[in-house]
Amino acid sequence: MSIKTNKFSILYPIAVIAVLVIVWWTICFLQLVPKYQLPSPFDVLKSFKEELLSGRLINDIIASLWRVTIGFIISACLGIPTGLWLGQHAATKKALLPILNFFRFLSPLAWIPFAILWFNVGDKPAIFLLFLATFFPLVLSTMAAVANIPKIYFNVAKDYNYKGTELLTKVTFPAVLPQIITAMRVSYGIAWVVIVAAEMVGCQDGLGYGIWDARNGLRLDTAVCYMVVIGILGMLMDKLLSQLTKLPNTRWGYER
Amino acid sequence: MKDNRSNSQLVLENVSHSFGELHVIKDLNITVEQGELVVLVGPSGCGKTTLLNLLSGHIKPISGNVKREGIIRTVYQQDGLFPWLTVSENILMGLRSISDTAIQEQELRELFELIHLTGFENHYPHELSGGMRQRVELARAIAGDSDILLMDEPFSALDYQTRLRLRRELLRLLAKRPRTVVFVTHDIEEAVQLADRILILSKRPAYVCSELQIEAQHPRSLDNPSVITAMKTILDELGLHTSSDLDVSEFNNLTTQ
Ligand SMILES: Nc1ncnc2c1ncn2[C@@H]1O[C@H](COP(=O)(O)OP(=O)(O)OP(=O)(O)O)[C@@H](O)[C@H]1O
Ligand SMILES: [Mg+2]
Repeated sequence: MSIKTNKFSILYPIAVIAVLVIVWWTICFLQLVPKYQLPSPFDVLKSFKEELLSGRLINDIIASLWRVTIGFIISACLGIPTGLWLGQHAATKKALLPILNFFRFLSPLAWIPFAILWFNVGDKPAIFLLFLATFFPLVLSTMAAVANIPKIYFNVAKDYNYKGTELLTKVTFPAVLPQIITAMRVSYGIAWVVIVAAEMVGCQDGLGYGIWDARNGLRLDTAVCYMVVIGILGMLMDKLLSQLTKLPNTRWGYER
Repeated sequence: MKDNRSNSQLVLENVSHSFGELHVIKDLNITVEQGELVVLVGPSGCGKTTLLNLLSGHIKPISGNVKREGIIRTVYQQDGLFPWLTVSENILMGLRSISDTAIQEQELRELFELIHLTGFENHYPHELSGGMRQRVELARAIAGDSDILLMDEPFSALDYQTRLRLRRELLRLLAKRPRTVVFVTHDIEEAVQLADRILILSKRPAYVCSELQIEAQHPRSLDNPSVITAMKTILDELGLHTSSDLDVSEFNNLTTQ
């Protein structure tokens, strides 16, 4: 935990960002790249202000966050219990493993035509795609975590008479919780990538739609502004999820 | 549950076990009498932990029969504490059957005093040293009602003083609430001070190569003649021949881990 930290260490990433922005600005200033191919930092800042004042940016952020949250919650609520269950039933697991892997490797974006066909437009197709993107990784990692629980925990559970539901909630689940949290962070990352791509079709708002719309209007400054927002929001959400690793009863899983 | 206490039993009949090609236990017959404290000694890797697992039912023998009755608790050799629970929560597992929270609290406090870990109630196992964890395991296993205790080198990671103290405390607890105990150790002094009966196991595949009844009264001091004789016998059985110009304690050091 206690890696030796310099008191200036928080300044390092800021310095890196500053250097990148300066390089970017210099490229634009010297016109090394034509203006229509790379907007300058100032243009982006201007369009940021514009989008913020018009209320469109906030609206798009809320739309995207809403879809991701709903899709992610549905897939966590179904995927984690499925993984817990499969992890304990070797035969069923063996039967389902190939098909679960098959779907995991199938990019959710391949489902876009069906998503639109089945769910029309609006939130539903996007949520469906998010579900497909995160459900399979969550099931598979939960299942693997359960299969790797040291046998001694189940011996102890038997000694102290934990059975059935209690065994599941008081032994199996806490034993895999650290890995589940890690799996959630990873699949949240996938979800955030997928939502942006999914919103480029079949949506009238959202951050992905914003980029698509900006491209169509040849407003690259707006597109970059949206890209920056997407990146920052992704990081913030991961930061939020990473707070779960600080829960006292999961810390053991990260400290060896 | 209460009826079982009067007829707890632990019997191995012709038990053999192997892990694949590795024959670990061969035709073992052991009957542990009710309330008896049996100590198992034997070379490392001979199958003592396996034997305890067979007794508790965590593994099934390849052949033979295991009869057990009564509530069995094990003090595990390696980490058996739940890392997601605090020290008190782990120990409270052993007090699960007590419904009255006031009594539970009282017992918990006493156990903390016994293992000298007062102040560490809310620590997690990964925040403790090996010896501290071992003491928590001990407290969890002896908490509440159980009929049979299987103890796998429960004091091996402790300093000498704590070992002596816990040895005494164990005997005191057993006097207060008799239990059937199977105790594994590499410490011959510990074996002789605790045991009603000592079983010396051979190298793998393990069989009982000799058996030693110890009748001396508790507390048994180390200069008690029957204690000295017993220790010498064990050393001989383990192939560490005692000669007159070396005293027992030196051999003892050789055989403890
Ligand atoms: N799950 C297992 N799979 C395969 N082999 C095993 C397994 N458990 C134990 N063994 C083997 O069985 C033998 C006996 O192991 P066991 O743990 O019972 O020894 P032990 O007498 O308790 O040793 P120690 O005194 O070092 O604790 C060892 O050779 C070990 O390699
Ligand atoms: Mg062992």
